[in-house]
Amino acid sequence: MSHADSQNAISIRNLRKTYANGHVALKGIDLDVKENDFFALLGPNGAGKSTIIGIISTLVNASDGTIKIFGKDVASHVYEAKQSLGVVPQEINFSQFEKVADIVMTQAGYYGLKGSLARERTEKYLKKLDLWDKRDNRSRMLSGGMKRRLMIARALVHEPRLLILDEPTAGVDIELRRSMWEFLQEINRNGTTIILTTHYLEEAESLCRNIAIIDHGQIVENTSMRALLGKLAMQTLVFDTVNDISTAPQFNDPEVKCQWIDSHSFEVTMSTDRDINALFTALNQQNVLIKSMRNKTNRLEELFLSRLNSR
Amino acid sequence: MFANHKYIAFETIVVKEVRRFTRIWLQTLVPPAITIGLYYLIFGNLIGRRIGEMGGYDYIDFIVPGLIMMAVIQNAYSNVSSSFFSNKFQRCVEEILVSPVPNYIILLGFVAGGMARGLAVGIIVTLMSFVFTSLSIEHVWLTILVVLLTAMVFSLAGFINALFANTFDDISIIPTFVLTPLIYLGGVFYSIELLPAAGQWVSALNPVLYMVNTFRFGILGSSDVNIYWALFMLVVFSAVLFAVALILLRRGTGLRH
Ligand SMILES: Nc1ncnc2c1ncn2[C@@H]1O[C@H](COP(=O)(O)OP(=O)(O)O)[C@@H](O)[C@H]1O
Ligand SMILES: [Mg+2]
Repeated sequence: MSHADSQNAISIRNLRKTYANGHVALKGIDLDVKENDFFALLGPNGAGKSTIIGIISTLVNASDGTIKIFGKDVASHVYEAKQSLGVVPQEINFSQFEKVADIVMTQAGYYGLKGSLARERTEKYLKKLDLWDKRDNRSRMLSGGMKRRLMIARALVHEPRLLILDEPTAGVDIELRRSMWEFLQEINRNGTTIILTTHYLEEAESLCRNIAIIDHGQIVENTSMRALLGKLAMQTLVFDTVNDISTAPQFNDPEVKCQWIDSHSFEVTMSTDRDINALFTALNQQNVLIKSMRNKTNRLEELFLSRLNSR
Repeated sequence: MFANHKYIAFETIVVKEVRRFTRIWLQTLVPPAITIGLYYLIFGNLIGRRIGEMGGYDYIDFIVPGLIMMAVIQNAYSNVSSSFFSNKFQRCVEEILVSPVPNYIILLGFVAGGMARGLAVGIIVTLMSFVFTSLSIEHVWLTILVVLLTAMVFSLAGFINALFANTFDDISIIPTFVLTPLIYLGGVFYSIELLPAAGQWVSALNPVLYMVNTFRFGILGSSDVNIYWALFMLVVFSAVLFAVALILLRRGTGLRH
């Protein structure tokens, strides 16, 4: 084991998965996530995110490849690896007939936590996740957001060093989503490495420091959030003209894309760090008089999608 | 995982299993008590008087050990098959699978849960038998040993059934088509001396026959079969089923894609 391994919360090499029906879900994934990172695994539905998490948590058998959690191979050091891993799955997977507190207590027992310690932890995490009042309710009586939070409490009861959440905020309303984000940020500050999958870019943007984008079972981008934002930061400006225009104005810069909308408007798409003055100079030369200009709100999400679609 | 952690995990599974069948006692403990009570009443008491003796005992005394065994077998089996399958069905089996609990602890935990249900029902129907007859137990330790081994064998079988099951139908097919015939033809109601030679020979292949007869020997002091051979077979069955269940768990049959 190299020294670098021990700095990684997780280290995935050449991970492949072909399901029994022949579907190739993962085509050789390599991924490292550093200890203490807050990492996003972003990708459209069916990209293979849940498959990766399934293999990490041993619910899915890999076809090939290795996974190390804090340097411990999941295949050969399964107990150590699992002890430092907490998983919040995409789908509800607790018994509908059990009481909230029992679900968390039982999970503590699976990790070898004794009665008093298990009770202490159960109380601690149910309180943190605002479920303590519901502790004696049967789990099926909980709302969607509460069920999701129950799975987070359950995943934390053995205080893992690495927490993986598979689309934790899917179906959770905005207000609750914010409070969940704050909670995750807090435990990340306290030293828990977090990996979450999502297809909301906004979520990755506001939470994560590093990001990998997966599509069709392959990592297509693996970088810092900031670098990705920079790469994707394009803006579209809509111009209204005083005079009639019959075609889009020309800019002799291949990085600037211009499109005619109608006789009094056109739009220009370019990187946010470009100088707009150069545009006006070029427009002046072509005798195009601008009445007004506005920024078409530039959803990073749209660009993210166009990026994936272009592959 | 440390030994004490494994023990805590084992205890967690067993407590959960016992809590499950005691919580739904109307579905788990009452039906076998009613069924077996009716057998006592109708076959033992009413019809049994006309049958007279079987294998050298009053008919009621002959069938009580068989019926207790039947209750133990059916309940041990169905506890594990339905509990483990419903864990699969609701996906909460994933809670255990992601945790560091080793496979053999998972297996032991569920099997112990099934044995607990088998024994609980066994004790209930034994106490009920006192209403109809007063049996004393000839060989206490042997009787206990046989009940435990039998409950274990069928708990293991129920576990394997649940691993392969994809629907609730799949956990009722085996009991209906395999378990019930084995039990009814396993010497619960008659001594195999009644059968022609061919019938006796076929019966010798039925594991339930050994369990019922050894148990009956423990209580009454007489049996159709060799006790040591029967005990040996029970141990072999347990070991084989345990190994098979472990291999399946390790492969992830029915659990991991
Ligand atoms: N058990 C399975 N059998 C066959 N194909 C599957 C199975 N589970 C997932 N898949 C397929 O594998 C691909 C990746 O799925 P998944 O990992 O769930 O994607 P994501 O979580 O990114 O939405 C999808 O095309 C999905 O249909
Ligand atoms: Mg998914």
